[in-house]
Amino acid sequence: MRVCPTEALRVRGGKALLQSNRCIDCGECYRVCPTGAIIVEQDDFNSIFNYKYRVALVPSVLLAQYPEDVSVDMAIHALLRIGFTKVVIVEDSVDYLITRINAYIINNPSRKPIISSFCPAIVRLVQVRFPWLVGNIMLVKPPIDLTSSFIRRKLTEEGIPEQEVGIFYITPCAAKIAAVKSPEGEDVSEINGVINMDLIYNRTLRDIRSGGTKRTVEDGAVNISPKSITWALTGGEALSIEAKGLAIDGISNVIEFLEKMETSEVHGVDFLELRACDESCAGGILTVGNSFLSAERLRKQARYIPESKIGFHTQIKISEYSSVLNGKVGLNRLEPRSIVKLDDSMVKAMNKMERVNRYLCYLPGIDCGVCGTPSCQALAEDIVQGEGSLSQCVFLQKIMEQNKLDPKHSFRIMKKIWGENRFIKDCDKPKHKK
Amino acid sequence: MKFEYKVQGGDFVRAGHASSEVKKILKQLNVEPSLVKRVVVALYEAEVNIVAHAYNGMAYVDIDASRVLVRLDDNGPGISDIELAMQPGFSTASSTVREMGFGAGMGLPNIKSNSDEFSISSEVGKGTHLEFVVYLNSK
Repeated sequence: MRVCPTEALRVRGGKALLQSNRCIDCGECYRVCPTGAIIVEQDDFNSIFNYKYRVALVPSVLLAQYPEDVSVDMAIHALLRIGFTKVVIVEDSVDYLITRINAYIINNPSRKPIISSFCPAIVRLVQVRFPWLVGNIMLVKPPIDLTSSFIRRKLTEEGIPEQEVGIFYITPCAAKIAAVKSPEGEDVSEINGVINMDLIYNRTLRDIRSGGTKRTVEDGAVNISPKSITWALTGGEALSIEAKGLAIDGISNVIEFLEKMETSEVHGVDFLELRACDESCAGGILTVGNSFLSAERLRKQARYIPESKIGFHTQIKISEYSSVLNGKVGLNRLEPRSIVKLDDSMVKAMNKMERVNRYLCYLPGIDCGVCGTPSCQALAEDIVQGEGSLSQCVFLQKIMEQNKLDPKHSFRIMKKIWGENRFIKDCDKPKHKK
Repeated sequence: MKFEYKVQGGDFVRAGHASSEVKKILKQLNVEPSLVKRVVVALYEAEVNIVAHAYNGMAYVDIDASRVLVRLDDNGPGISDIELAMQPGFSTASSTVREMGFGAGMGLPNIKSNSDEFSISSEVGKGTHLEFVVYLNSK
């Protein structure tokens, strides 16, 4: 409850209740949930077989998850064996995207520093918590969208009927799922389904370990540039563009920087690569391997690509992509969805703020969370919005019990928040993960 | 609604505390971002002025539906020639202060350009009193 950067969680009836308008899908709650009660919804793996052509859209970080003895080539052939007919690396469009980002920065000097649209959790964070920085978000589609559009058009050009093509994204995090299912700044996504990385990891690794070696006709070679391989890592974007970029990972670091950006001007920075997870996508909540080791592995891979191959290959990629996608890379204008405001009307908001401040005089200010709310401030705001009451506070209950509050009633209140079972002896309580 | 904040002379680390608190409040009140920005930039400049030049001071912020009124009082050396101080680029900041990235001589002009009403008075050897107002187009 308390790790949530947008205070979207409440405890009611012993369970975590999520306020979906506040949630940015960052997955911080998933990391710490002691019971594993939070699941990341995904599409049924077997739904890939509804399509004749089944494309696995794979982020480069997947390839760094496997044990050392499993090569990229082995992993890709395993993906083909478990049911896909084609494997495409998400970051395939990155060389082209870099040209678009460079152009965008030059064409939008008044929007600096420009915030990357890469991490969907960050885009939503800005919309709900930093509504007036929404104009700084770069209105250029992220690699996942560019690559999926490109592949779909390519296959259609080859004469494959559109409805026979199923593109499935293998996701390292929850935010990307939400971005596919309800995209911001786009009408529909070209992706047909999303499957969690941990599931794919298990299936492919089991296949490899049980002796799967059959190679299909499909060429499994990954032909992407060093910049593409490391794009999803921290610094991947910021170090690849021409303008002056800054890379920040970890949601609390990002929030600290955005707060600063709101109050005082940030000078001398053109572009901000902001990522919700520590170590960016290598630290995604659905990844399997250690984030530092995965990142190192990808960086090493990028270094081993021979110089001679890079320049020529990159030029081909850029011209291929630009012939298909030019004019189709923009995002629609993003709307702020402030959760910070107390009311739309300023007069009403002032009235509510005065009440919040009055309640705060009584609340203990230790943010214990026993009331089922992440902080005293959040409880005071809930009360003002009609979603809570002062008697939820265990401190105020003690005071009220001196007067007229029936201890039995205050016990009932606590049970309502934490559930009946919390008050029964239990030696096997789930332990907190951290 | 009234709020007040202490501003400590010489404490550059905490300079910006008042403006960041006021920013939070105005965001909660759903004030239009461009107006919040004006208030916050002006208040920040005024805070830095106290930190850089005075011994200590107070920022008083009064918000109602039509405007944000900010008053800053400090105990400090005062300003001998206000007209000169108001000129863009004029600065008496010490080299130490300039090294920290402050003291460009844009403080007062910036406060004025970001506010709708602005007044300043000062007594040499005692302190400076500054007041500014930003109007809010009430919705």
